Amino acid sequence: MLKTMKYKVTDNENVSTVFLTGEIDMDVADEVREIVFPLIDAGKEVHLNLKDVLYMDSSGISIIIESNQRAREKNTKVELKEVSQPVEKVLAMARKFL
Amino acid sequence: MSLENFNQSEKKDFLVSSASLKDVRAFSRDVFEKFKIDEELREELVLAIAEAAQNIVKHAYKDMPDTQDKMVVRISCSDDVLEISFFDKGKPVEKNKVKHRAIDDIKPGGLGTFFIQQIMDSINFEPGKEPWINNLVLTKKLKN
Repeated sequence: MLKTMKYKVTDNENVSTVFLTGEIDMDVADEVREIVFPLIDAGKEVHLNLKDVLYMDSSGISIIIESNQRAREKNTKVELKEVSQPVEKVLAMARKFL
Repeated sequence: MSLENFNQSEKKDFLVSSASLKDVRAFSRDVFEKFKIDEELREELVLAIAEAAQNIVKHAYKDMPDTQDKMVVRISCSDDVLEISFFDKGKPVEKNKVKHRAIDDIKPGGLGTFFIQQIMDSINFEPGKEPWINNLVLTKKLKN
C-alpha cells in the first residue's frame, strides 16, 4: 500500500532532526512515533522539520503532544522547525491544546 | 459560489480503513474543486471530512481492523449550504459520548471532533436508514 509520508533523520551532536515529507494522518502516525520516540528515549533533542508536510490532521498533533510529554519525562526537548503553512493552520486551531 | 453550482451532489464509498483516508481527502478535494469552493475554505473542509472518516475507522469500527465494510461520503451543495454526510455500518454512535476533550486536559485524543466543531456550523447524528447504522451530517453555510 502506497504511504503518504516519507522521512529522513540527520544527527548533529545531541540533536536529531527528523525531516517529514508528505501527509501525516492516522495511517502513518504509528510509523512517525516509531521514528521519533526512540530518539527521545535515547535522550536526544529532537527537531521536527515540517517544511515539506503538506497535510497534517489530529493524528499529527497528537504525535507532537505525545513527543513533548515524552521529552519532558526524559529531560530533553522537541522543537518544531520550518513549519509549513498547512501545518501552521492546523496548529493554530489546536493551539489551546498545546 | 456561482449559481451553476447549486444543487450538486457527489458520493463515493471507501473501505473502512486508515489506508482509505488519503482517498477520502483526494475525493473531497476533487469535489470542492468541481463545486468551485473557495480555496482557503477547501482545505479546512477536507480536514473536517478526514477527521469524521477517521472517527468512523477509530470508533465505529474499533477492534475491527480487518473489516471489509464500506463507508459512504456524500458531499452536496444546495443554495449556499454545503452538506456532508457519512454512512457506516459500524457500532452505533452514542451521541452523548461524542465530545472533544476539556481544554485543560492536555492528553492527546478528541482533537478530531474539536476540529470538526471549529470548521463546521452543525454536526448531527441522524438514524441510519437500512442498511446503514450511523449517519453523520455536517453542514456549513457558504459565503456568497
